[in-house]
Amino acid sequence: MIINWAHVAPTIVAAFLASLVEFVEALTVVLAVGTVRGWRGALGGTGIALLLLALLVAMLGPAIVHIPQEIVQLGLGSLLLLFGMRWLRKAILRVAGVLPLHDEEDAYAKESAALRALGNFSQGWDRVAVATSFKITMVEGIEVVFIVIAMGGIRRGLLLPASLGALAALILVIILGAALHKPVAMIPENMLKFMVGVLLCSFGTFWVGEGMGIAWPGQDLALAALIAGFLVAALAVARLCRKRASPGETPFTSQRRRA
Amino acid sequence: MSWIKSIWSELIGLFIEDGSFAIAIFFWLCGCWLVLPHLDLPSVLPPAILFAGLVVILAESALRLARAASSKNQ
Repeated sequence: MIINWAHVAPTIVAAFLASLVEFVEALTVVLAVGTVRGWRGALGGTGIALLLLALLVAMLGPAIVHIPQEIVQLGLGSLLLLFGMRWLRKAILRVAGVLPLHDEEDAYAKESAALRALGNFSQGWDRVAVATSFKITMVEGIEVVFIVIAMGGIRRGLLLPASLGALAALILVIILGAALHKPVAMIPENMLKFMVGVLLCSFGTFWVGEGMGIAWPGQDLALAALIAGFLVAALAVARLCRKRASPGETPFTSQRRRA
Repeated sequence: MSWIKSIWSELIGLFIEDGSFAIAIFFWLCGCWLVLPHLDLPSVLPPAILFAGLVVILAESALRLARAASSKNQ
């Protein structure tokens, strides 16, 4: 099988980065659950959720192959665009200082306080711990599953690279979590979210265009042009939003003001 | 059962957070799908039109939210 690196490489990168952001958010809550309520329940809930998510990918991924490619490109491409545009708009508003930047340490402190407040600690399997870690892993993991299915199922041969990208992110986050025992705050999460939004919008536009029968100039290389186009447009919109929201302020001064 | 509810709302929320934003994207895609293949345009224009429309929707929505946040702060 000929590997089309123009698609495989960006698919791996996009799946890796998007999954990294989601898993880092899940790790913060699982760490809080483990520290406050006990590790057995935290790891149990997370493990069950990860098994279910892997099962979802294993069932949905191969099933998509049986649907005509044009329909898959239009359908999944449209969903990818709805998802990616929502993601990119939020990232733009964060860069512009309209929304507060995501802070894992703050999220960890809030989650830990909420878990302590629930009280009723039990020996062995703590139901609160299992339910909380299961829920957060499912909630964040469903986004990962969608990204893997959407980016991998849209063309034959891309499901494995997309899955590997997500798996690499999961392994990295597990290693970091086990080593640090605290939220992974050193990853530039807000910048990653911005870049992932750009990538998702570019992929979505490309696949929807293919599904519509649009001939992309330069064929697969048009994807690179779309990534550049969305990046420039998103930066320009962020600049305009910053001026509109608080003239004369940078996102960092507005963050300080809020704090 | 509240966790099932929240997973379900998270699933829907993946695509639709702001109704008008999602509807604008949906209608733009439908319009492009129905119209662009039937227009006799130079081959570079249909992709450019598809892309430009999406950027306009993104910009309008982000600026609208920024404006709303600004007037809320004042």
